[in-house]
Amino acid sequence: SHFLSCLVEFSKTSPAAVQVNVRDALNQAMDEELERDERVFLLGEEVAQYDGAYKVSRGLWKKYGDKRIIDTPITEMGFAGIAVGAAFAGLRPICEFMTWNFSMQAIDQVINSAAKTYYMSAGAQPVPIVFRGPNGSSAGVAAQHSQCFAAWYGHCPGLKVVSPWNSEDARGLLKAAIRDNNPVVFLENELMYGVPFDLSEEVMHKDFVLPIGKAKVERQGTHITLVSHSRCVGFCLDAAAVLAKEGVECEVVNLRTIRPLDVETIEASVMKTGHLVTVEGGWPQYGVGAEICARIMEGPAFNYLDAPAVRVTGVDIPMPYAKILEDHSVPQIKDIIFTVKKVLNM
Amino acid sequence: DLYFLCVYRSLMCHSLSLQGARMVASTRSFADFTPQKCELHRLEAGPSETAVLTREQGLQYYRTMQTMRRMELKADQLYKQKIIRGFCHLYDGQEACAMGIEAGINPTDHLITAYRAHGYTFTRGVSVREILAELTGRRGGVAKGKGGSMHMYAKHFYGGNGIVGAQVPLGAGVALACQYQGNNQVCVALYGDGAANQGQIFESFNMAALWKLPCIFICENNKFGMGTSVERSSASTDYFKRGDYIPGIKVDGMDVLCVREAIKFAADYCRAGKGPIVMELETYRYHGHSMSDPGVSYRSREEIQEVRSKSDPITMLKERMLSNNMASVEEIKEIDVEIRKVIEDAAQFAISDPEPPLDELCNHIFSVS
Repeated sequence: SHFLSCLVEFSKTSPAAVQVNVRDALNQAMDEELERDERVFLLGEEVAQYDGAYKVSRGLWKKYGDKRIIDTPITEMGFAGIAVGAAFAGLRPICEFMTWNFSMQAIDQVINSAAKTYYMSAGAQPVPIVFRGPNGSSAGVAAQHSQCFAAWYGHCPGLKVVSPWNSEDARGLLKAAIRDNNPVVFLENELMYGVPFDLSEEVMHKDFVLPIGKAKVERQGTHITLVSHSRCVGFCLDAAAVLAKEGVECEVVNLRTIRPLDVETIEASVMKTGHLVTVEGGWPQYGVGAEICARIMEGPAFNYLDAPAVRVTGVDIPMPYAKILEDHSVPQIKDIIFTVKKVLNM
Repeated sequence: DLYFLCVYRSLMCHSLSLQGARMVASTRSFADFTPQKCELHRLEAGPSETAVLTREQGLQYYRTMQTMRRMELKADQLYKQKIIRGFCHLYDGQEACAMGIEAGINPTDHLITAYRAHGYTFTRGVSVREILAELTGRRGGVAKGKGGSMHMYAKHFYGGNGIVGAQVPLGAGVALACQYQGNNQVCVALYGDGAANQGQIFESFNMAALWKLPCIFICENNKFGMGTSVERSSASTDYFKRGDYIPGIKVDGMDVLCVREAIKFAADYCRAGKGPIVMELETYRYHGHSMSDPGVSYRSREEIQEVRSKSDPITMLKERMLSNNMASVEEIKEIDVEIRKVIEDAAQFAISDPEPPLDELCNHIFSVS
């Protein structure tokens, strides 16, 4: 917006940076949106008096009270349905799933009640709801608590699906999601909650929002495009730093949004570098990387590929518990480096 | 002489009124009725045991219920002609439920139901035209042809829901919004005897009771969930008691006045901040589960015929009005003729209106902020 671009002008000379971790970025985003619009409220297990299972909602109940911050019983299907119904009737709920694994108990409400209703009603009934919570692998929580749902929800028309990486992503995208009149699936990452990032004054402004559906080029490069989302973006940047020493310049694209997918940004990058590697924590089959490869095949960027596109993904197994096994179940920096070199025939 | 006796005897007489070429003698303006007493669960007192029906109300209820009846029968016809496709779950037999509920709540209250929704779509304000055109999938349908039988919406009416039981938490959520906004409105969340065993309904009961949501949970018990009788699906068929800690009322769902008084009681209860309440409406559907079910493999034709002859809700209301001199046979016939015309016109529209344009295909995915 014009207002924000004015801010950018001011901050260009001396951007005041403050360190904010992803957890606090999410917390501040919710706090600001709760204050801005009294229709916004948060419900979920332990979000109020416990300050949030992962402390993401710390302090909110103390500030806003029982009406706006609601502890629910352990009944996902029921409270997700209640949240959607509240959205039908004019409120703007944030429905937290303690982890996205538990959303499977409620997935019918997310898909059939939330995602499809605007279409089925031919525009008569919007559903302004955000479903949020940690997604994907954590550390040592084993198979039933480690699944990535980006592909599952990314499959469904009527949903927006967002997957932030850093604090700026978390803040800007959550504010955007809460202000969005559509159902948004907001996939956080537990291992990123405690990671600090520098945030500029512009980003800390209370009306800072990021556009949903727009990817960001985190690192410019010329030899190969790495496309990723969530925590793996950091791994891609780390791999790029190592590869730079060998003269390979990777362009790292942070998807930020799973649906709608920003194909244009990926295509522009691939048309520049001629090589593509996708990196995700989820399983390979029918996944985010699979979708990106298919879209590149179907679009103008295909003719610019000098090698087949390759996916780096989580291993196609339920997440094991033992540390050594778990470490080898998710993409590591060395896997990315190995794949890049393979694609570049090094 | 009898004519004049009637005129002088009745205390609540209207004067002679001219209606077309006929004269209607001594139509009473209202009468007190005693609806069947409701069985109560965890309630000391229940709905009023007398109901006042004014002539105006009686005619309006009759007109509305008869319109619903004729509309559903027309839908049956159109389905058999293959002009309506897919799912079509008809409501004929259950009209007193939708009418009684609407009579006892305000238009500003909220309502959500499952897939047997055409009756409620009508009572919540959508025209027969827009309903039939939605069933035939035309652009003039209430959802522009994109929703179909199970997905019709109106102000304070949230469908029409295809997934059994899912509408109940949604209804509790609407009630939460009412409480949150402090608007003194209530939400009526309906479900069938088949849905009554759904876990998410008990989850909704729990949260509604915990948070004292102004939600009226109503089980429309028409004795069958598809082809499964209540005895074969439910360890407890006392649906009005299934809310356990939530008070419940069992209601004769074939008597529109019984339904009305019960819902009035329930709405007052919720508006007073006492929390949710459960109602069970005992009713019956003449059609099978849907148009693909003849409805006679799991119940007898004799049973259907018996309900039709002894408990039909529209007949009951008509007879009540006639025997209490609240309307004349001619008057009722005239209303029937009018309704027939409304239905015919609506059906004509539903058949002739064009289908939605192809460029509608990808519209309404997202609402633009």
